[in-house]
Amino acid sequence: MSGTFPLLETRNLTIGYASKKSARMIAENLNLQLWPGQLVCLLGSNGTGKSTLMRTLAGLQPALKGEVIIDHHLLSTLKAADLAQKLSLVLTERVEAGNLTAKEVIELGRTPYTGWLGKLSESDHEKIHRAIQSADVVPLLTQRMHQLSDGERQKIMLARALAQDTELILLDEPTAHLDLPNRVEMMRLLHTLARKTNKAILLSTHELDLALQAADNLWLMQPDGKLVTGVPEDLVLNGAFESAFAKTGFFFDNATGTFTIHHDPGSVNIGLSGDPKMVFWTNRALQREGFRSNHQEDFEYQIIVSTDNGTPVWKFLNGEFASKFTTIEMLIDSVKSVANKYSTT
Amino acid sequence: MMALSEKRTLELPTLSGAEKNRSVLMIFLAVLALIFFVLDIMLGSVEIPFREVFKIIFLQKSDNQAWLFIIQKIRIPKALTAVLVGCGLSVSGLQMQTLFRNPLAGPSELGITAGAGLGVAAVMLAGGSSASIYAISQLGISGSWLIIAMASLGSALVLSLILLIAGRIRDNVILLIVGVMIGTITLSIISIWQYFSQPEQLQEYIMWTFGSLGGVTQYHLYALSGVVSFGLLLAYISSKSLNALLLGENYARSMGLSIGRTRLIIMASTSLLTGSITAFCGPIGFIGIAIPHITRSLLGTANHRILIPGTCLMGTVLMLLCDIIAQLPGTQTVIPINVVTSLLGAPVVIWIIISRNNLRSSFS
Repeated sequence: MSGTFPLLETRNLTIGYASKKSARMIAENLNLQLWPGQLVCLLGSNGTGKSTLMRTLAGLQPALKGEVIIDHHLLSTLKAADLAQKLSLVLTERVEAGNLTAKEVIELGRTPYTGWLGKLSESDHEKIHRAIQSADVVPLLTQRMHQLSDGERQKIMLARALAQDTELILLDEPTAHLDLPNRVEMMRLLHTLARKTNKAILLSTHELDLALQAADNLWLMQPDGKLVTGVPEDLVLNGAFESAFAKTGFFFDNATGTFTIHHDPGSVNIGLSGDPKMVFWTNRALQREGFRSNHQEDFEYQIIVSTDNGTPVWKFLNGEFASKFTTIEMLIDSVKSVANKYSTT
Repeated sequence: MMALSEKRTLELPTLSGAEKNRSVLMIFLAVLALIFFVLDIMLGSVEIPFREVFKIIFLQKSDNQAWLFIIQKIRIPKALTAVLVGCGLSVSGLQMQTLFRNPLAGPSELGITAGAGLGVAAVMLAGGSSASIYAISQLGISGSWLIIAMASLGSALVLSLILLIAGRIRDNVILLIVGVMIGTITLSIISIWQYFSQPEQLQEYIMWTFGSLGGVTQYHLYALSGVVSFGLLLAYISSKSLNALLLGENYARSMGLSIGRTRLIIMASTSLLTGSITAFCGPIGFIGIAIPHITRSLLGTANHRILIPGTCLMGTVLMLLCDIIAQLPGTQTVIPINVVTSLLGAPVVIWIIISRNNLRSSFS
């Protein structure tokens, strides 16, 4: 497989649920492509149909209209056994095969290749060994699944998908039950895997900031059923990211690529200048208190951050008065009392 | 990298150690099965010395013609039936527990045996007086096929009904209750049938419900062992699919399993095993649910390629033990086998329900 054909492609795909009486469309006319060596993150708020799309692409649920093409084959005509050699899955659902050891679960990844009894050949063992190394799960192998933490369990399931040795890996919210360090670890692992093994990896996730950092490409599901794709940075700058998650109460700061929970930017302007790192954190504190800070020097209030023998110093200029503080807490107290007095009188 | 390879060499011995342990256990079970098999033949209302038993089994002759008859015509068929029942019911239960991902699944618990009972009742009660068990044993092989077919069909009917409902219910205990209810409905249908039947037909049927390993004649044994072997073979062929199903249906499908066909094979195996055994031995409870659990915890694995032979051995050992107990050695009385299996098996089910927290890790 060279990079000239997408491993997975959809043509005018419409996804949703069909019952005898009616069909509920979730998204229509999706034309998507997934290339080898790419890590693509599928993002969208709850209920926009991320899971439906993942399930449709994985062949777990039929498409309402259009086609999914995997490695030159129509998904609808692929047999389960053939599909399993092209596409592997990691799901959100917790695996409860408690009595199996981690190694046995990884070995199950070879199911599409083994004979009717499931006996492993020499090359199967080698693939398993390589999957274990790539997913970095050597210390967990002899443990039983119920002894493992959620993060470890999910890594084992990933190792199992790697042992399945497919060019495509789909992961449906693999980080849903994981804590932050494990989420970061998972994303780092997937990013490296896509680069090193030239696999195409698609994962749906709620981890916006991690996705922004790790993904080569983003698929953004908009609330209206449209899907916008592109390089993360482009989507941030053209506002697609913001509109996908538009909700009152918080807003997307496209300067930092993070969501902030303080929607109201405040009415009091404060000039802020100095060492960039300290300006960043001072800015966050000011935002939380409802002040708008900016790098301008013609405001009535000015804060200048500097260091004095290694200790940070905040200088607060209020017209002709000036005061110095050594912590942000003290600074904020003072700014608040001055600004509030000013606004009430 | 150094640290990694060190860890590998450290851990590998424990794994193979567990495997060695497992084969020791399997050999132990096999030896135990052999001992119980001989004991089961030796003990009974007529006590026959070991030397004679040995002579009859291996040389097929004895000075005492009565002993020769008892052992060849009664006790060996009965012991072989116990082996078939032990293997068949426990493997059937094992498959159901994996298929439903439910630790409380089993042939008698989910009403599958009741379904087989319906099939048997159809033959015995509807067929008129000529079709009683006595008449069937006169019919020999062709009659046994009829009753096996009907009982297996009855099992399959209930099993597909449960499978349909299981798709909508996630809760293990609720599914169990539904199974018990379906079993009750089936038994009620049989009761209505009984109500309109002749007393002599009824007696046959009621004797059948007590469960007995002794009703299987040599002819029946051919049919029974054929069907049970086929069912066990189907189960062993499905062991790869059963292993994949442990991860849940979605994962199993993503690893290339065609769920529909797998279900069909497992259902066929379960219905044949439960149906044929129930047809000849009556509804034997608790073996199907208890043995897989005992085997799993003893062998410490969920791998069906090991579990299926394991449950067969364990089922054989315990079924022979139940039969030995049922004969109440040293007395002239024999109690129904169903009573013994229930007395031994029901506490196991209670233990399963009490330690459900533990079981959550085995099944979802």
